[in-house]
Amino acid sequence: MKHIVIIGNGISGVTLARHIRKLSDKKITIISAETDYFFSRTALMYVYMGHMKFEHTKPYENWFWKKNRIELKKGYVKNVETKSKTLHFAEGDTMQYDKLIIATGSKPNKFGWPGQDLNGVMGMYHKQDLENLEKHAPNKEVCKRAVIVGGGLIGIELAEMLNSRDIPVTFLVREDSFWNGVLPQGESKMINRHIKNHHIDLRLSTNLKEIKSDENGYVKSIIIEETGEEIPCNVVGLTAGVTPNIDFLKDSEIELGRGVKVNRFLETNIKDVYAIGDCAEQHEAIGNRRPIEAVWYTGRMMGETLAQTICGNKIEYKPGHWFNSAKFLDIEYQTYGWVFGERGRPEYEKHFHWKHNDDTKCITVAYHKDTKEFLGINTFGIRMRHETFDTWLTEKRDVDYVINHLSEANFDPEFYSTFKNEILKAYNNQLQIA
Amino acid sequence: MSHKLNHSMSLAKPDALDISNKQKIALAVGIVGLFILVLALFNTNFPNKAIFLSLSLGLIIVGIVVYARDAYLNKLEGIKNDGVWFKSISSRGIWGWIVGIILTTFYIVLYFFPKYLGLGSDGEANSGLIGLFDPLSQLLGGRNASQWFVYGTLYTVAILAFGYKFILKYRHNRYQQLRTVSVMFFQLGFAFLIPEFMYVMNNDLPYYDLKSIWPLNYYIFDEWSVNGFLSNGNIGLALLLFGIISIFVITPILTYKYGKRWYCSWVCGCGGLAETAGDSFRQLSSKKMSAWKLERWLIHTVLVFSVLMTTAVIYTYLGYDKNDFWLTRDVFIALVIGFLTLVFAAVMFFKRQELGKDAKYGAIGFFVAITVLLVMHFTGTTENLFYVKASVLRSSYGIYIGSIFSGVIGTGFYPILGNRSWCRFGCPMAAVLGFQQRMFSKFRITTNGGQCISCGNCSNSCEMGIDVRAYAQKGENIVRSSCVGCGICSAVCPRGVLKLENDSMKGRINPTEILLGNDVDLMDLVNQK
Repeated sequence: MKHIVIIGNGISGVTLARHIRKLSDKKITIISAETDYFFSRTALMYVYMGHMKFEHTKPYENWFWKKNRIELKKGYVKNVETKSKTLHFAEGDTMQYDKLIIATGSKPNKFGWPGQDLNGVMGMYHKQDLENLEKHAPNKEVCKRAVIVGGGLIGIELAEMLNSRDIPVTFLVREDSFWNGVLPQGESKMINRHIKNHHIDLRLSTNLKEIKSDENGYVKSIIIEETGEEIPCNVVGLTAGVTPNIDFLKDSEIELGRGVKVNRFLETNIKDVYAIGDCAEQHEAIGNRRPIEAVWYTGRMMGETLAQTICGNKIEYKPGHWFNSAKFLDIEYQTYGWVFGERGRPEYEKHFHWKHNDDTKCITVAYHKDTKEFLGINTFGIRMRHETFDTWLTEKRDVDYVINHLSEANFDPEFYSTFKNEILKAYNNQLQIA
Repeated sequence: MSHKLNHSMSLAKPDALDISNKQKIALAVGIVGLFILVLALFNTNFPNKAIFLSLSLGLIIVGIVVYARDAYLNKLEGIKNDGVWFKSISSRGIWGWIVGIILTTFYIVLYFFPKYLGLGSDGEANSGLIGLFDPLSQLLGGRNASQWFVYGTLYTVAILAFGYKFILKYRHNRYQQLRTVSVMFFQLGFAFLIPEFMYVMNNDLPYYDLKSIWPLNYYIFDEWSVNGFLSNGNIGLALLLFGIISIFVITPILTYKYGKRWYCSWVCGCGGLAETAGDSFRQLSSKKMSAWKLERWLIHTVLVFSVLMTTAVIYTYLGYDKNDFWLTRDVFIALVIGFLTLVFAAVMFFKRQELGKDAKYGAIGFFVAITVLLVMHFTGTTENLFYVKASVLRSSYGIYIGSIFSGVIGTGFYPILGNRSWCRFGCPMAAVLGFQQRMFSKFRITTNGGQCISCGNCSNSCEMGIDVRAYAQKGENIVRSSCVGCGICSAVCPRGVLKLENDSMKGRINPTEILLGNDVDLMDLVNQK
């Protein structure tokens, strides 16, 4: 019986294991040094906020793994010897594999800031980060202020977490508006205001210069690059993006770039070794996607795809239309298709933007300026139906059609106001002006 | 670690630290209101009962209202679950147990020892707590209070005050607000005021809460109740007919159109209390597979018990001679068996494939029920049915199911088992509606393509213990008999994945292997099977 070994028990590895089990009788082992069981990383924030307990973040009950004959091993893989197909663990033992899948995800970026390894400096990615935060920021008495460095999705989640315990937060964002490398201006500005409404001290166009230590090696304060201002704090959250978590492969023969280099079949340069999820790097980006996609959904999709290949139905990783979602404090965000921010926007891409008066809802529809083809939508505070937009993108509908049929795609709870007429009116006005 | 239960034995830390000074004052005000009730319980003789009763209820309501306003109106609209698993009251901590024990004790005294609440027996005047409520009862119904009047009043106050709190908590969510206004309206009007007014107009009519439908209202077809209706002319007859039509006509139609939620989370009194006063405990329901298995056995057993019990009870007071009344024992038993057979045959014909091995359990249950009915019919005499007195059957149902299960455990254990343990494990009405919902209803919770991130907020907040995430992360719609359609899973979802809706029956249940967003060919290949 073939032994399939998966390093990493995140969404990619676990999806892969589940699908291999559905398709075959192979022996499956999942290795993790982080936790005994699969949990939803995206839910860690809710544990700190007291919405859930850690056990609620586990999508499957503990008996699930035995019942489905998926073996779980807790251990840290120190290195991989591909010639003899052997894994060496930090604990000293070894394991043989027939096929190896690297699904080790990411780790938080550190850019060599002075003091970045002090006590009280942390990312927010692993379960250990959560435990660390609980230790350094249990309440506002112990942690008088926290500084978050990096204005992305994890940064704003960390801000929300600390805010839930009334811990004052200073939020340093390199860009001149929140996440505007991705979001168009109108949306990004709206989120800026929303962050400030939550009494979070948002500092735009602001970089970290260094983190200062007290006499015991704990964080005492940070210094801002631009102004030299010193902000006293007890916790520093480093949330300036993530990098593939692949240091343990440096001495192996597996080809590495920023991540583990894979082809469209998710195969590495070594036979029988594959990589999926956050740590996989495509030789060439697929469409508008990035070569490394550190997103929950793409991890899952790679797992679904690779299971086919491993079970004898060799198939390319061929993701469908792009989609994603997030939540910025109280505002939900969904995106379908491509909508670019100022940076990297193709010259043919035009936008229609509508914002509600209450400053918590808006949409941006991207379309081709010549053909009027609908390219994508960002929606804030209004839920939209994935399936409908997926169909419209496939059918290459034009922007008029999409705006006129927007209510068909609405996914808000019953009795919610729809903004159909308002949006349509704004759209028609824009046409007249243009 | 924060995910551990709060086992602090301290009464002040860490809970009281989390609330503002205004909330502390509000709590104090509410407690003073409650304290007046406690004083009354210990037979304090208040000079003017009307004033003290108003004061007590008023203070309780003001306390809750002020507390809620301070808790929610100072923050931006959004999900307000911060610290739910840290607070001892809502995480089975010391306060949770204290409240649970107080509530349970109250229910035991209420059901079994009303005299300790001050109920006057043999024409004596009420005293104590029940006596305190006399003025209000006189005002509404022109008679002295009973323990049920006291209970009904407190119940209504709880739904109204905590309903207000719930509306503020979800002030961004119209579905939640309308639903809550609806349960507040039905409790105040249908359960509390209308029966009192009906009594004023015609004091021979049995107490009838129009929205309480058999089998939840298990005594509506009792001899005294039916006689009460029949001896009151057209109005009584109309009410009795309404009771029959409710379960056999109105219920299936509304459930078909809107799902069981039209009743369970919009109308029902038990549901109303669970959704308002019980809201803080919704996360305590068990999501384990084993709990689901227990639920299915327990609730259906209660349903079978209640059908047999009701049949037996009606059977006993029917005659043999069709010249007296067309509905004789023979006709009645034939009707019951015929109806059950019809339902069973229809389900087997249309839903056999869908049910899989559950069909077997259904069949066993059906034949057991029919056998019991037949044995009952052919062995029964006027007194003994199936060798057990129908009256014994009826009274044990009343004690074990009607009182202990629904009241003592169902509500008393809110802070331990969650706010819907009666609805989930015991309510025969929920079983009937759930069966309708599972078999033929347009209602479902739609999952939004591939957007689920398995975070578990939905499962955590499901009061019925449905592991919503297990469906959502598979891209599968949620069609479950137990779902009461409260909509909180949808509200708390951070990614906009869940939507309660009524749509066509076709494609309602849609298990998928590969979620939307992946390669189209792969989805076709795998999902076609």
